[in-house]
Amino acid sequence: MIIKGRGVSPEISFGKILFYDNTIKDIKRYSVDNPSEEIKRLHYGILMAKDDLDRLYEDALKEVGKINAEVFSIHKMMLCDEDYTEFVENIINTQRVNAEYALAVTSDNFSKTFLEMDDEYMRARASDIKDVSDRVIRILGGNKNNIASFEEPVIIIAHDLTPGETVQLDKTKVMGFITEAGSDNSHTAILARSMGIPAIVNAGKIDESINGQFAIIDGTKGECIVNPDEDTLSVYEDKKKKEEEKIHLLKLLSGKETVTKDGRKIKLYANIGSPAEVKGAVANDAEGIGLFRSEFLYLDKSDYPTEEEQFESYKEVLTKMGSKPVIIRTLDIGADKRIDYFDLPGEENPAMGYRAIRICLDRKELFKTQLRAIFRASGFGKVSIMFPMITSVEEVYNVKAIIREVKNELISDGIPFDDQVEIGIMIETPASAIISDILAKEVDFFSIGTNDLTQYTLACDRQNEKISSFVNPHHPAILRLIEMTVNNAHKENIWVGICGELAADLTMTEEFLRMGVDELSVSAPYILRLRGKIRSI
Amino acid sequence: MKTFTHTVTDELGIHARPAGHLVNMAKNFEDTIIIKKGDKEADAKKLLQVMSLGAKMGDTLVFEIDGENEDNTLLKVEEFVKENF
Repeated sequence: MIIKGRGVSPEISFGKILFYDNTIKDIKRYSVDNPSEEIKRLHYGILMAKDDLDRLYEDALKEVGKINAEVFSIHKMMLCDEDYTEFVENIINTQRVNAEYALAVTSDNFSKTFLEMDDEYMRARASDIKDVSDRVIRILGGNKNNIASFEEPVIIIAHDLTPGETVQLDKTKVMGFITEAGSDNSHTAILARSMGIPAIVNAGKIDESINGQFAIIDGTKGECIVNPDEDTLSVYEDKKKKEEEKIHLLKLLSGKETVTKDGRKIKLYANIGSPAEVKGAVANDAEGIGLFRSEFLYLDKSDYPTEEEQFESYKEVLTKMGSKPVIIRTLDIGADKRIDYFDLPGEENPAMGYRAIRICLDRKELFKTQLRAIFRASGFGKVSIMFPMITSVEEVYNVKAIIREVKNELISDGIPFDDQVEIGIMIETPASAIISDILAKEVDFFSIGTNDLTQYTLACDRQNEKISSFVNPHHPAILRLIEMTVNNAHKENIWVGICGELAADLTMTEEFLRMGVDELSVSAPYILRLRGKIRSI
Repeated sequence: MKTFTHTVTDELGIHARPAGHLVNMAKNFEDTIIIKKGDKEADAKKLLQVMSLGAKMGDTLVFEIDGENEDNTLLKVEEFVKENF
């Protein structure tokens, strides 16, 4: 059985299901002879509740920090609110009824105000009113709000959990919780996230017969799998282990320098394929973007992207990365990637065909549009441009001539741009690696694309599964080409990086550092692991 | 009586926590402080009333201050409001 709801705290854990009934049932209405005595009783209850809240605030302060703890001081302020207390007193006086009943009526009345508001956050505040009122009612009824202590790890299921209850949970035993009601903005959800336990809210009515059964709770998907089979369990155990490793790495390595034991600094950048991926790069502490693939702008479209469209995307990435470098790779498509409006003819051997820089140099207007957009965005951050599939120095001359044209046009249009933008090339063909001594005189940096370099050097089509056993990116031929490229780059005092998949291969890191590679650019999830590796060398 | 207006610029508006801060600040003054949002109004010293305004980003609030020290109170309240909301 799977319980589904909204995952509001993205963690995974395991435990026995425990139903927790916290509803206050049957608040009796009875008449009192002396309303002023009843009001005294009410104020005694409020006073005790305020004491409770002070204590909860202190506890929460230690566990979840000031911002999250403040919910309890807000609750205390609600109890101090004269409108609230006067409303309760008024009911006791005019109807000559007990305080518990008067509190329940007041609670309903004030919650209603919030429930009717058009803002989801404010609607969720209705539960604060209820929590505050219930706290006093429990105290008056001699009903201490106790969550039983647990012998073993449990997943708590309740109709709704109040912030007070959430904080009181024994965190060494509570592995997560599920509420039938609740929203993303309930304090329960907020507190769960800061405590790092999974939580699912708004799961609807849950059948109590599952009480006591073992379950997996996944706060990302918003699912709780009751009585999982062994395969499912091992998948989740694996997932949790990876998550824990990630968190461990983050704590250990985020914000640290990427530096070897003997003090050599390595630039550790992220590869991204769209502006949306910047978030992951930043979250994993990338020091820059080493490869921003621009193909996303062209794929899944019915026509060429406009200069404006491209400008907005580049600007977004540059702005988000601030002062950190962003290396944009110009269009890298070919006949193997179908883009209908490009109208590319079918080819026998597309990998060796009309692709990447070859298309750009041939369809100059297309290329110039992209370059114009990049230069226009250049003032918004620190951008570099690199060109794919270079095989000759003439191609570099041609690219540079086109860049000059673009710059001149921008100047005559009065559009500002950064004149210091670095120009680099991908080294991903054997030809470019072999003439890297000549190429190094013409550009500001190299970035080695190991995927294509492997395919072209070993004459192995990457897409052909039949020959996959021949594809060995550790082949000495590849390593020699890489080392040669690094040496030639350094002779001309330019930096050289690796942005292919091999960059993330931890068994190669030491070798790359020995060669003198200056930069490694990998997908966001590999960044911290690689930083850990580099710091150990 | 003195008044000033303020347009809420905080993304979250005056939700629970900031409302609490506002009320705590307002309680330091003897003068009455009324906040109006459209036809709704709230006593700035009462949390539930302030929260019930449901003031969100972009809402314009009118603060009315009445009392012996209204000039001084206005200065301080206005400074607090502009800084926090």
